[in-house]
Amino acid sequence: MIEFLKQPWAWYVAGPLIGLMVPALLILGNKTLGISSSLRHVCAACIPAKIPFFHYDWKKEAWNLVFVAGIILGAFLVAAFFNNPNPVNINPKLVSELNGYGITDQHSLLPEQLFNWQQLLTIKGLFFLVFGGLLVGFGTRYAGGCTSGHAIMGLSNLQLPSLIATISFMVGGFIMANLILPYILKL
Amino acid sequence: MHTQLVKPKHTNTDFEVRSLDELQTEHTQKESLLSYGKFLIMGILFGIILVKSEVISWYRIQEMFRLQSFHMFGVIGSAVVTGILSILIIKKFNIKTIKGENIELPTKQFNKGQIYGGLIFGFGWAITGACPGPLFAQIGSGFSVLIITLLSAVAGTWFYGLLREKLPH
Repeated sequence: MIEFLKQPWAWYVAGPLIGLMVPALLILGNKTLGISSSLRHVCAACIPAKIPFFHYDWKKEAWNLVFVAGIILGAFLVAAFFNNPNPVNINPKLVSELNGYGITDQHSLLPEQLFNWQQLLTIKGLFFLVFGGLLVGFGTRYAGGCTSGHAIMGLSNLQLPSLIATISFMVGGFIMANLILPYILKL
Repeated sequence: MHTQLVKPKHTNTDFEVRSLDELQTEHTQKESLLSYGKFLIMGILFGIILVKSEVISWYRIQEMFRLQSFHMFGVIGSAVVTGILSILIIKKFNIKTIKGENIELPTKQFNKGQIYGGLIFGFGWAITGACPGPLFAQIGSGFSVLIITLLSAVAGTWFYGLLREKLPH
């Protein structure tokens, strides 16, 4: 049983479960799924300064912060009790490409050779950990949502702006992953 | 019904802060401490799904953007299909919330931010291998250095708020 629980889930198991978050949150309290808004609430709660965008009653949106605290806890539970002990099953083409950049260790979900505290003090580390994070925060709020708020929630509700946003996410990702990242990874 | 809250200076472009919506109902009220429990449980379930499906993996995101694996497209695609069907069922049978309220779905208006911001987020997604949900899950899984990425994302959101009036929307 434990061995079974440790296996990663196929897309056709995980996808529908993620989709069910949409009606679950609506029925539990008329809430719409969306994670990136939590970043705005953190700004509103901690560093609103004199910026009008952050002056609203964030406590009315506190459920969203509770929800993301749950995500951290849920992920912790998996890591503690049901972690997949096997390496991630990655397309061999990607493995050989990454090997060319010196990323050779695929035993966990993230390349630890890139994402670690020592890397933080290098140009590469700053790019992946800090610059990437800045773009995620800036871009999601500029777009009014992220993968959950636009791609899952917005598309579920057949919102054209969410389709436009989702296509833009994908185009941005394709450009970065294929045209820019290879040069950064070579650094 | 108009809200007394301080509103952004120009039109709303962010439809995720629903207490700023014109229509004020249950979703705008503060929850009681006990009722937060259900959202904590939903968050825990979401966190478990995000890790077990490996969508928090940087490798899976690189595969997706290189068209080397169907996994991510399958996850997002089947999530959307399930979401669409769920909302159709909610509308068809007029399903209410557990408190008996009508379910309200925000209508989003187009603005250019969805393209510019979308592209910028896409760049960040490919770099970090994380959208905001998975970012929280990566931290929970024990990749402590991603706290720096989360703080950077909060800073990015803050800079957007600072520059918002000057950006094309």
